[in-house]
Amino acid sequence: MEHSVIVIGGGVSGMTAAGMLAQQGFNVTLLEKEAETGGHAARWDRLFPDRKKASEVLDFIRKGMSRVKVITGITVVNITRNDKEFTVVTRGQVADGGSQMADIPHPASCIPHPASCIPHPASCILLATGYELFEARKKEEYGYGIYNNVITSAELEDKFRSGSPILTSEGKPPARIGIVHCVGSRDEKVGNLYCSKVCCVTGVKQAIELKEMYPASEVFNFYMDLRMFDRHFEELYYEAQQKWGVSFIRGRLSECAENPDGSIIVKTEDTLTGKPLKMTVDLLVLLTGFVPGRGMASISAMLGLTTGADGFTNSADSHTLNNSTEIPGIFLAGAVKGPVSISESIADARAAAIQIEVYLNSDKPGND
Amino acid sequence: MIDFGYTLTRDRQFDYDRGDLRYYRLVRSLEPSIDLCIGCGSCSATCSAAQFTNLNIRKLHTVIRRGDTTSIKAGLRKCMFCGKCQLVCPRGVNLRNLILALNRAIEQLG
Ligand code: SF4
Ligand code: SF4
Ligand code: SF4
Repeated sequence: MEHSVIVIGGGVSGMTAAGMLAQQGFNVTLLEKEAETGGHAARWDRLFPDRKKASEVLDFIRKGMSRVKVITGITVVNITRNDKEFTVVTRGQVADGGSQMADIPHPASCIPHPASCIPHPASCILLATGYELFEARKKEEYGYGIYNNVITSAELEDKFRSGSPILTSEGKPPARIGIVHCVGSRDEKVGNLYCSKVCCVTGVKQAIELKEMYPASEVFNFYMDLRMFDRHFEELYYEAQQKWGVSFIRGRLSECAENPDGSIIVKTEDTLTGKPLKMTVDLLVLLTGFVPGRGMASISAMLGLTTGADGFTNSADSHTLNNSTEIPGIFLAGAVKGPVSISESIADARAAAIQIEVYLNSDKPGND
Repeated sequence: MIDFGYTLTRDRQFDYDRGDLRYYRLVRSLEPSIDLCIGCGSCSATCSAAQFTNLNIRKLHTVIRRGDTTSIKAGLRKCMFCGKCQLVCPRGVNLRNLILALNRAIEQLG
């Protein structure tokens, strides 16, 4: 009998690995808690650094998934292990499979209405449970959820994706826009010491997109460091300055306040001039960072996996066994291990798929 | 008015909304590379005048971009126009022409 692999998490990593493993002939089931697969990428409009449509990336991945059995709207309630075999028990959650993302086609094998509590046997489990976005309300001094013109970077993507005009809550085109880096990241006050890695370049990308939409507007990015770590990122930053005139002010926002007309007063130290600075913006975008996926704590507990001080799941070795865990047969891919970009998620998922294939084939006669 | 012996200290906070961006706009039209600065400090580190005076050329063109014009004239007087700052800039900011443009802006705007 062909080995069964359960992939938990239907974002970019899980979908990529599931597709690859199914193409290699394994019996793959993908479990996703939301009503649709696609993860955070389904919410994004265009991706850095080349502004490719996120939907095109997802379509590409979905093309490889025709042999994957996808079950959405379910949660994992238990995982048991018997020697080299696992049983994953799921419970149906979403009664109505209807979704806001109906434009994204999903494989025909998708089962939107599973029965309650099903055991799924598996020789191998890939945890691709991803991350959540930092809850911006926790950073109360920035006024998200209090002031209408403070929004998150994900909400800005919602607007880009739907093509709706980006207006202030008063219905006006914003003349001055602030983009705040490191919201919920690099901040011990919210318990997250780590850098979320992709928000800097997202902030630069969104600044350019806002300037494209409103060339006469002023856009300010408030940053502590600009972490343009990957290929073409520094060039995007250069383009933002040279072509679009985006201004970068080095300083972390200390607080915001609201004017009677709904505009937002931001305060920071302009650390390059050594002076406190305040300015009024019409719209403030918070680049919220990554936090560990909500469901992962219970899965870790079921399996006895360890997490780092940052709350993300530890691999067996971050250099050489970064897709493996201490438990044979349990593998990791993507943002379950910490912040990653979409291209990194795809590469990591493919690496995980190969690791899993090697692991499963080592059982076959003739293999050691 | 009764003198209570108190004085008012001026707020050091810079209010961008009240900034004077005329210098910046003029300099930028003459030398667009002013926007490419990443604040690395190479220019101010190598500056000949900075060894002997308090000129900080990095800070000088940063405050202009913010609309803070209070220190421009005093700063520029200390520059020897040697062009060393431009030689080291990793972003290719044409500092020599930027300083010329700034002088032009002062001529025009006072
Ligand atoms: S990538 Fe940039 S914005 Fe995001 S946490 Fe790191 S430094 Fe902050
Ligand atoms: S040109 Fe002026 S600012 Fe530049 S290095 Fe020489 S003295 Fe310093
Ligand atoms: S050397 Fe260039 S990039 Fe560095 S601070 Fe000076 S002008 Fe800016």
